[in-house]
Amino acid sequence: MAVRKPPITTREYWAPGHAACAGCGCAIIMRLATKAFSEAMEEKYGDPNAFAIAHATGCMEVVSAVFPYTAWKAPWIHVAFENAAAVASGIEAAWKKLGYKGKILAFGGDGGTADIGLQALSGMLERRHNVVYIMYDNEAYMNTGIQRSSSTPYGAWTTTSPPGKYSIGEDKPKKWVALIAAAHMVPYVATASIADPYDLYRKVKKAAKVDGPAFLQIHGPCVPGWRIPPEKTVEVAKLAIETGVWPLFEIENGDIRNIKFQRFPKDGKFKKPIEEYLKLQGRFKHLFKRPGAIQELKEQIKEMWRVLGKEVELP
Amino acid sequence: MPMKRVMKGNEAAAWAAKLAKPKVIAAFPITPSTLVPEKISEFVANGELDAEFIKVESEHSAISACVGASAAGVRAFTATASQGLALMHEILFIAAGMRLPIVMAIGNRALSAPINIWNDWQDMISERDTGWIQFYAENNQEALDLILIAFKVAEDERVLLPAMTGFDAFILTHTVEPVEIPDQELVDEFLGEYKPKHAYLDPKRPITQGTLGFPAHYMEARYKVWEAMENAREVIKEAFEEFEKKFGRKYQMVEEYKTDDAEIIMITMGSLAGTLKEFIDKKREEGVKVGAAKITVYRPFPIEEIRALAKKAKVLAILEKDVSFGLGGAVFADVSRSLINEKEKPIVLDFIIGLGGRDVTFEQLEEALSISEKAMKEGVEEDVYWIGLRKEIL
Amino acid sequence: MAESPFKVDIERAEKELTEKMTPGAIAYIPGSSVINKTGSWRVFKPEFNKDKCVRCFLCYTYCPEPAIYLDEENYPVFDYDYCKGCGICANECPTNAITMVREVK
Repeated sequence: MAVRKPPITTREYWAPGHAACAGCGCAIIMRLATKAFSEAMEEKYGDPNAFAIAHATGCMEVVSAVFPYTAWKAPWIHVAFENAAAVASGIEAAWKKLGYKGKILAFGGDGGTADIGLQALSGMLERRHNVVYIMYDNEAYMNTGIQRSSSTPYGAWTTTSPPGKYSIGEDKPKKWVALIAAAHMVPYVATASIADPYDLYRKVKKAAKVDGPAFLQIHGPCVPGWRIPPEKTVEVAKLAIETGVWPLFEIENGDIRNIKFQRFPKDGKFKKPIEEYLKLQGRFKHLFKRPGAIQELKEQIKEMWRVLGKEVELP
Repeated sequence: MPMKRVMKGNEAAAWAAKLAKPKVIAAFPITPSTLVPEKISEFVANGELDAEFIKVESEHSAISACVGASAAGVRAFTATASQGLALMHEILFIAAGMRLPIVMAIGNRALSAPINIWNDWQDMISERDTGWIQFYAENNQEALDLILIAFKVAEDERVLLPAMTGFDAFILTHTVEPVEIPDQELVDEFLGEYKPKHAYLDPKRPITQGTLGFPAHYMEARYKVWEAMENAREVIKEAFEEFEKKFGRKYQMVEEYKTDDAEIIMITMGSLAGTLKEFIDKKREEGVKVGAAKITVYRPFPIEEIRALAKKAKVLAILEKDVSFGLGGAVFADVSRSLINEKEKPIVLDFIIGLGGRDVTFEQLEEALSISEKAMKEGVEEDVYWIGLRKEIL
Repeated sequence: MAESPFKVDIERAEKELTEKMTPGAIAYIPGSSVINKTGSWRVFKPEFNKDKCVRCFLCYTYCPEPAIYLDEENYPVFDYDYCKGCGICANECPTNAITMVREVK
């Protein structure tokens, strides 16, 4: 039997020995995104190492760069929580002047991107820096101990959205930064998920290869934050796609009338009920005891799809 | 040959930046500094300055982009004032802690509230603990020179700390004065190219900047900043000497004026030193034994120079455009720290003056002087005074 | 036997890594986290049955550490120095070639 070749590069930029929790979904994003980036740089510039990383404060930053150790094998910098996009802008400008060929990769969590870093992100996108910004979305401030962010989905328990007599948990719909990014009419915006690593890989590569800014919002489940067993990280992400909770799409040049969808059911009918996604996670446990709560979540998901131009049916 | 031109303080700062040839500039408009990025964008647009000018969406991103650029290994520059500097506050600590020699020009302006666009030093004074070297310019020539010197000192391997040079809002930023523009060749010689050995982002040598410091390492990292700031004292003096040799203008940590037989020495910073020297001339004519001292380098604080000064006088009267509420002026605290363990020390009095653009008049200086004379003869009643307050509207 | 792709990093870190404070607390040795053998975190250990493996690469792709690399024939090799025992590989393996068994230490 012939030796099968792996569909992703065997180069690694994310070394083991980091302190991410066992089964961390966002650690998978770090590893795959840097691999994909390097493949894109090799194809575009003939140098797989032609990139640097600017990282916002957050889980993946603190677990990977504890002095004197680092898990990174690419040039990497962390400055603060809210400014990864601005720092990346500065590096990109410097690289231009130094005559380096390559691209800058920025990472921020949902807190560092959807909330405190939104302004810096908007500035970077608007100024058309040659930067790929990846929002690793675990849907709450996990690094500080699971507080809600604007990217926390409706109904979720967090330490600042606890369900109680007067609360169903998080009571606002999830904010989709990918759509805000698309409004900047940048060359490439996409969502991705660790559920489909090869789709993720392809999208990061595409983002890395476009000239100008690109933005990716990537779903990365969090074991303690979502209250899931560590081995279920990928499984739960898959259910998010199969139940319609997490859309996979690409928007080029802000053209929201021509969104390309991936793994979208042709008839718009999702086969699995979102209950299957919810019941795997402790953060949604209370919803099953709240009449109407899951229905409300379904309505919000349908609305989200409507904004994306799709009428969907959720079982 | 150096050329002389009549220009505003902001233009002098922009010229300094142009001469220093930073590769990246990131700036955001703010009164009274706006003309600095305007002028620099002209230089870039005309091809007179080969730099990337990032028109950021906030001062926070301005300093963040400078951190990114400096960490990538190039010379970086920005300019701001007041609220803009306050918005940068968080990143100022980080720039110093990451040992990135960014240089920044500040049009010293009051902080809100109430909002006020005029001069005092509260903006820069409030950043005194960030690990940035601080220079205060007396006039537009000093603004230009002290920005060049800031680059020289900041990038020295014994230092590697960011530096800011302040010049007073409107009094300097918007006032034209003749300024000598040094020869580019000499500036090139003076500064050299910035080629960092410690911090750059090169795929050929991947390093990790901005690590997490656990309690086992954090203190040592901060001590290194302390050590670098201490080293800066010597490096600044060397830079001043070299600058004088090359460009003929002399700078000192503390510049003294008619202090040799003075009983009272009035200490200040920035453009107020100009007014003060005129005042001293007047008092000297009247036979009053009073002198002046100007603090040019505020961080590192010139402790030894203040001690030497203190030996000459019976009263040190500090005139400062800033306040640390619940304590007094910041310079007062710094001078006091310098003298606290001296065997013999003069009376130290603090005069908070000229906040938010209030004109500092000879009458006000007269008042500060007479309080100082009274304290010298009769002892200290109070040690912090607000001078020039309109008591009738309080 | 195939080598860990981090062999070079491990050797370099073991030789050169010190706690000596650098300017800006910069970490100069790339991938030096390999010094931390996170395999000690593990409670369950993945056991691999090569006969069942179809080389789909999913375990390799998903490993968040990474503690799975590929041998000369592109079969997965489990690096127990770093495997935290999360069990994603076993959960996602389409042919049940990986089973999680309680660690005996």
